[in-house]
Amino acid sequence: MIRAGLTALLSHWIRRPFQLVTLMLGLATATALWSGVQAINAEARASYDRAARALAGPDRDTLVARDGGAIDQAVFVTLRRAGWQVSPLIEGRVPSPSGPLRVIGIDGFTLPSGDLPVTDTSEPGDVNMAFLTPPGLLLVAPGTQERLSNADDLPPRQTAEGIPPGVAYADIGIAQTLLGREGQIDRLVVTGPPSLTAPPLDEVAPALARRSAGGGNDIARLTDSFHLNLTAFGLLSFAVGLFIVRGAIGLAFEQRRGVFRTLRALGMPARTLLALLTAELLVLALVAGLIGVALGYLVASLLLPDVAATLRGLYGASVDGTLSLRPAWWLSGLAIATLGTAAAAAGSLWKVAHLPLLAPAQPRAWARASDRAMRLQAVAAVALLILALVLGVTGGGLVVGFTLLGALLVGAALALPIVLHSVLGLFGRGATGPLSEWFWADTRQQLPGLSLALMALLLALAANIGVGTMVSSFRTTFTGWLDQRLASELYLTAESEAQAEDLRAWLATRADAVLPIRSSEAQLAGAPAEVFGVADHATYRDNWPLIEADAAVWDRVAAGEAVLVNEQLARREGLWPGATLDVPGWADAPVAGVYSDYGNPLGQAMVGLDRFDALFPEAPRLRFGLRTDRPEALRTALIDEFGLSGANVTDQASIKQFSLDVFERTFTVTAALNVLTLSVAALAILTSLLTLATMRQPQLAPVWALGLTRRRLARLELLRALLLAALTFVVAVPVGLVLAWVLLSVINVEAFGWRLPMELFPRDWVWLGVLSLLAAGLASLLPAIKLARTPPNELLKVFAHER
Amino acid sequence: MLIVKDLHKSFDGADGPVAVLRGVDLRLEAGQTMALTGDSGSGKSTLLHLIGGLDHADSGTITLDGTDITALDDAGRAALRRDRIGVVFQQFNLIPSLDVAANIAFQARLAGKHDRDWADRLATRLGLTDHLKKYPEQLSGGQQQRVAIGRTLAAKPSLVLADEPTGNLDEDSGARVLELMLALVEETGASLLTVTHSQSLAGHMQRQLHLRHGRIDG
Ligand SMILES: Nc1ncnc2c1ncn2[C@@H]1O[C@H](COP(=O)(O)OP(=O)(O)OP(=O)(O)O)[C@@H](O)[C@H]1O
Ligand SMILES: [Mg+2]
Repeated sequence: MIRAGLTALLSHWIRRPFQLVTLMLGLATATALWSGVQAINAEARASYDRAARALAGPDRDTLVARDGGAIDQAVFVTLRRAGWQVSPLIEGRVPSPSGPLRVIGIDGFTLPSGDLPVTDTSEPGDVNMAFLTPPGLLLVAPGTQERLSNADDLPPRQTAEGIPPGVAYADIGIAQTLLGREGQIDRLVVTGPPSLTAPPLDEVAPALARRSAGGGNDIARLTDSFHLNLTAFGLLSFAVGLFIVRGAIGLAFEQRRGVFRTLRALGMPARTLLALLTAELLVLALVAGLIGVALGYLVASLLLPDVAATLRGLYGASVDGTLSLRPAWWLSGLAIATLGTAAAAAGSLWKVAHLPLLAPAQPRAWARASDRAMRLQAVAAVALLILALVLGVTGGGLVVGFTLLGALLVGAALALPIVLHSVLGLFGRGATGPLSEWFWADTRQQLPGLSLALMALLLALAANIGVGTMVSSFRTTFTGWLDQRLASELYLTAESEAQAEDLRAWLATRADAVLPIRSSEAQLAGAPAEVFGVADHATYRDNWPLIEADAAVWDRVAAGEAVLVNEQLARREGLWPGATLDVPGWADAPVAGVYSDYGNPLGQAMVGLDRFDALFPEAPRLRFGLRTDRPEALRTALIDEFGLSGANVTDQASIKQFSLDVFERTFTVTAALNVLTLSVAALAILTSLLTLATMRQPQLAPVWALGLTRRRLARLELLRALLLAALTFVVAVPVGLVLAWVLLSVINVEAFGWRLPMELFPRDWVWLGVLSLLAAGLASLLPAIKLARTPPNELLKVFAHER
Repeated sequence: MLIVKDLHKSFDGADGPVAVLRGVDLRLEAGQTMALTGDSGSGKSTLLHLIGGLDHADSGTITLDGTDITALDDAGRAALRRDRIGVVFQQFNLIPSLDVAANIAFQARLAGKHDRDWADRLATRLGLTDHLKKYPEQLSGGQQQRVAIGRTLAAKPSLVLADEPTGNLDEDSGARVLELMLALVEETGASLLTVTHSQSLAGHMQRQLHLRHGRIDG
């Protein structure tokens, strides 16, 4: 019985291979887009981490001596024994024939392996031994290796990845000897949380202060936002693909109604039938899922080099542009394919379960939505859109944000056929000729059969507009913000307070202005935050990105009468101008303004420099902003004169360039995904049109018989597809903009605490409109050509009685 | 006036071409009515399709009021169907997306010969006045065929072709529909060529022809 049933069920696919291909293609592309995006995300994140750690931890907290001097090695031992996970670090310069070389001594035993530079040799064991035992080994970048080719006094060199130029990594013992500072440590890197029994730092090492991770990883935090949105995009593309799958499964089930009924009449229990169909779908889902994951891998590996190239530029660290195949990724791809199929098939399976045994088969009933179903759909659409509106107004929480997103998109998709129905009716009423009247009426009648494909197109276009608007808004706002925020041409970090003094003296005549930047950790509104001290200078008054401010805000800040807070803190605590904030040592400080601070998860407050000095006298005096006309020359001079590393003197232009690079790459990736989603939607249109083609004949044959050529009819079919695509596009623009608004103003605020102002890019929409027409045109070309070539006696069969 | 001379048509069968029409000759004067009978598969429908410009012949000529239909291209045949010929098939004559009124007016408007009064009169005569706003799927088979007849005659063609127009109806209503058609065709002065299996229906026509072995018999 089961075997015979299975044969009967499966023979359908053999007779209709095209349907099988459609189903597989829909599912595979959906899975491919989803898993491709996931792969890019995962790989990029891994790359950020690797890249950030390769510089021995700008993302890690450090312990430094309060007096800014060296730490005794004994302190390190005490801390380790007490349960603190710290790793010692020493830094200094040694002379070499080609100028000073910066040596960083690290401890390979206590530093996590991910933080260690990766040597490009096949025998890591030998390297480890050479690294640890005298004369030791210097790990350098290939360029540095060349420069040091005749430095015979130094230990042997070995090239490694991710090391900045002019820097050598050595074992800490070797480095101490080289630098002549035996038993001394500069910093202790905190590699993990202390054990539960570990006493607080004040008790074990009262001379040390904890310094939180520097801002070096801001860009990585910023990209988090992109990854979230990329994920949203992947999900949307997946949804678009599911529309095809749903269409194909629905059709295959409808056409097999007769078979189902026969099997049931022959005594197969409904449960067995359902189990057989579920098994069939599961196999299809797994096969399509495998193909999809493979395709996704291809997509990701094509797009990833763009991402990788950016990272390489950003971190000066070499990052693989190649994907590693993770088993978890394969599994999640298969899982999502299976879940997607389940979602797409649920309705059809339910219908089979409730199939009345004796009801007559209703061929083509699926294509004709009854009035009742249409009304139900309208009610559902309106309910969902109202839900979205309510959620949008009341807001609150990331989950609510995504629910809003879902309600909006599903509601819009459900509303689409109804909107199109009314619009076409309106056009039809305005028609004058018999042909145009027929055209509108007939287009309207095609809607139920095409609505799934059109919904897919709507989602694809809305995702395009939404994500495109978000990325473009992000770029415009962010680059504008960088211009404001990084108003100084150079940013300088001294290695010690003594050096800072020297630098100031040296710079007094060489820079237009030296603006001290001081900061300290503090509890603000009950959460860890940072307090910054800023000088009173036109640089801030002219450029600082204030979102809201009182009058004379800078005068009040400079006079120590008021504070500025960042947007994150303002939004979290409702601290807008007029409110007050408790800063340690300064209760009820008036808030005079709020500034945007993209990408920073922490709250931040800014006070005048004098006030800061009074509040945090111990805060290090190491950072400066430099104003100058010749940043390049000054930077080179600083590095040469003081032997500072490139990382200590960053110039604003290259930070901006890096950020712009990130956006360019992101644009490439988004653009590619856009084209892919649109292609999927075009595929949905193509398959629907081909499916409808046979059913179209009774509708077209009379018109042909009454005096229209097949070519003319084909042209009208093409026009119809273009028209429906254009109307769908018109609906998609507002949906996409609302989607963008949700991404920017709800999801982003919930996830990161800051709101991006939305900018509109109508020129992108025009381009997208052209693309969607192109997609619809291409999709309807084949069916139209087929129609134009239909032999007359094929059409005449419509009128003949059944033989 | 319709003149068919030495018309040949064959279809591709399993073992090479199968000749269906093998030299049909036929002449129909303006305003004349003629019944075409023959066994199933004798080629009646095929002949009608060729005369109606719906398919093309292998050889021979079909001349309608001086125009050689066989010499026309696709567009020319489409224009001919639109302007000068009316066809009523056995089923699915109507455009499903248009209501009855629009269906009746469709060909006439397409041909630019729409005459509102005449269309209204036709609807009344055919008993369709209560159904003008309905869609084809909401009508019975007999009603659908009456709409098809109305649509054909509204365009005032010079030749009406009907292929078993009442084949799907019961004897009684079939006879009534056919009578109505005959009367209306006579009013317009068109010629009528109708295919039928029913000898009694054929009896209503001025002339009768029988198709056998791809030729007109006798
Ligand atoms: N498109 C076609 N391809 C192949 N053979 C065809 C085609 N159309 C018709 N035939 C064949 O041509 C012959 C004549 O068909 P036609 O439909 O003209 O017969 P008919 O006289 O109208 O029959 P009926 O009374 O059953 O309607 C039949 O044998 C038929 O099988
Ligand atoms: Mg026939």
